[in-house]
Amino acid sequence: MAIDDKTYDELREIAARYPQGRSGLLPMLHLVQSVEGKVTPEGIQVCAEILDISPAEVSGVATFYTMYKRRPVGDYHVGVCTNTLCAVMGGDLIFERLKEHLEVGNDETTPDGKVSLEHIECNAACDYAPVMMVNWEFMDNQTPESAVRLVDDLRAGNEVHSTRGPRLCTWREAERVLAGFPDDLADEGPSAGKASLAGVEIARTMGWTAPAGEASAPTGSTADTKVGAAEQADTARAESETKAEAGQAEEGKS
Amino acid sequence: MTDMLTPVLTANWGTDRSWTLEAYEAQGGYAALAKALKMKQDDVITAVKDSGLRGRGGAGFPTGLKWSFIPQDNPKPKYLVVNADESEPGTCKDIPLMMASPHTLVEGVIISSYAIRANHAFIYVRGEVLHVVRRLQAAVREAYAAGHLGKNIHGSGYDLDLVIHAGAGAYICGEETALLDSLEGRRGQPRLRPPFPAVAGLYASPTVINNVESIASVPSIIDKGADWFASMGTEKSKGYVIYSLSGHVKKPGQYEAPLGITLRELISLGGGMRQGHELKFWTPGGSSTPLLTAEHLDMPLDYEAVGAAGSMLGTRALQIFDETTCVVRAVLRWTEFYKHESCGKCTPCREGTWWLAQVLTRLEKGQGTEEDLDVLLDQCENILGRAFCALGDGATSPISSSIQHFRDEYLAHLTHGGCPFDPMTSTVFAQEGALA
Repeated sequence: MAIDDKTYDELREIAARYPQGRSGLLPMLHLVQSVEGKVTPEGIQVCAEILDISPAEVSGVATFYTMYKRRPVGDYHVGVCTNTLCAVMGGDLIFERLKEHLEVGNDETTPDGKVSLEHIECNAACDYAPVMMVNWEFMDNQTPESAVRLVDDLRAGNEVHSTRGPRLCTWREAERVLAGFPDDLADEGPSAGKASLAGVEIARTMGWTAPAGEASAPTGSTADTKVGAAEQADTARAESETKAEAGQAEEGKS
Repeated sequence: MTDMLTPVLTANWGTDRSWTLEAYEAQGGYAALAKALKMKQDDVITAVKDSGLRGRGGAGFPTGLKWSFIPQDNPKPKYLVVNADESEPGTCKDIPLMMASPHTLVEGVIISSYAIRANHAFIYVRGEVLHVVRRLQAAVREAYAAGHLGKNIHGSGYDLDLVIHAGAGAYICGEETALLDSLEGRRGQPRLRPPFPAVAGLYASPTVINNVESIASVPSIIDKGADWFASMGTEKSKGYVIYSLSGHVKKPGQYEAPLGITLRELISLGGGMRQGHELKFWTPGGSSTPLLTAEHLDMPLDYEAVGAAGSMLGTRALQIFDETTCVVRAVLRWTEFYKHESCGKCTPCREGTWWLAQVLTRLEKGQGTEEDLDVLLDQCENILGRAFCALGDGATSPISSSIQHFRDEYLAHLTHGGCPFDPMTSTVFAQEGALA
């Protein structure tokens, strides 16, 4: 498949979102994947042309990130989290069962091209362990049995919904959204899953809230002055304290 | 006295269509923006300084102070970059926040950008969370349409453009300088500091990089006041935070509380440990923070107390493991993760994590010797503090802390000739047969 004029224009459009075009390279490669089904030599060439950098530089980037694929993945790319917490909670057994059931290894695709399987790292849903992802949508609280049902549904072409998201689109469609071209699914799915609401639900039952603050409406001039004065007074202390801390604090992960 | 849980950021997560502008404004959203735009920029910075807000992404650096490092006499453009690359194993707070209430973050971005005089802001969100990306894209679209973003925001003369930028799968991009390289369209590899991003960040221009939760906390500080925020928490750890409870507890999930709550209190709120089991070890703030045990249950979870116990508060990613879990298996898996995610720039981390995984694998199979434990500790020493960023440091945390607390369990692998644990017993479907 060739990269047509429309895709060419869209790639330029991505680069134009940024003060410096090269910042667009990651989303551009997502778009290449949505059109080509993987990062192809042609896709690399086109990105290099548009950004006026060498194809080697683009390849260097494309090979660094795990979401960029050099072999085609399935319509549904299934990830099983096998980082420690999910692994311990059952992720390892889920992954083993799926490899057996689908008769594929890690990072391989079923012969019908429907499903590819990969073990993934922590996907920030540990309160829903064991977690799977399909085309980067959450499939929470899985078991080996539910995982098998899930991939069977995907292969059969049944409509499948994320456990706290929308109906699943294809991998290529997902890649287009990641490139910054939204689909119309943002309003599907709930606000949050059950675990996300664990604390809020308890607080509601117990009648717990954050302390009442100042009125959120614009405050009167007296209050403003008072608060302003307090803020001024606090600043000196906060600054001396934070400066002392700044010496110790690591400038690590922000 | 302050209540045990204090939902602020999480308060609206369960409400109908909470991700929409309409729902967010109906509960008072964007009032803080209106208030901030009437304030002088420096007063916004002062308010955040006075609140005592410290970075929620792990390092705990004072947010207002970070902002004040931006040299305003520098003629280059200023940038705000939100670190939404949440990937630290165990950490799962920013993703549900952006899914349920992306406008909280967007409002925080606008106020924060205004304070540091940035006209361009970016949310760098990890690519592996498609629906979160959608919700962020939709929120930004709505914010532009409502005049919260764009030119001359609400007649203030202030302009701001906000771009949602999806990453492509690399834990290292959560490190702030690697994130900047990635956002510049390069391999995500950390930079040598100084210069710090405040002076030479994105495009070598003054840049503030903050975690999602830090920026999302800003509207509440502006709306309700620095004193209100500082009235929660402990002496040097002010405010509320989200604690993420996961693993072998009855009710894993997100618990928003003032800094200083204890793990015993959180587990109790979460319905206790799963039936018939007891706490063995836990991480206070993700896998890069040294493991703790049941003896630390009553320690206040704030920056100082966790630091004093030899660990770090990190991202309050409380991964809870009971006695069915093999600590060697857990640590080996984290080590394989660090080995996989090491960007390869610095030799001690690139080679060191590789060797760590090899020695641990041998131990886990019961094929090593007791001397291997000393080899591991020696390797850790040769990695710690010897690379551009903290990834390698993080890799050593679970190893050295687990050897400290569970040396006998390592040795048991040797005498047993392999792992003495049945991996099935630690799974969720081991007990809850009905679920499977």
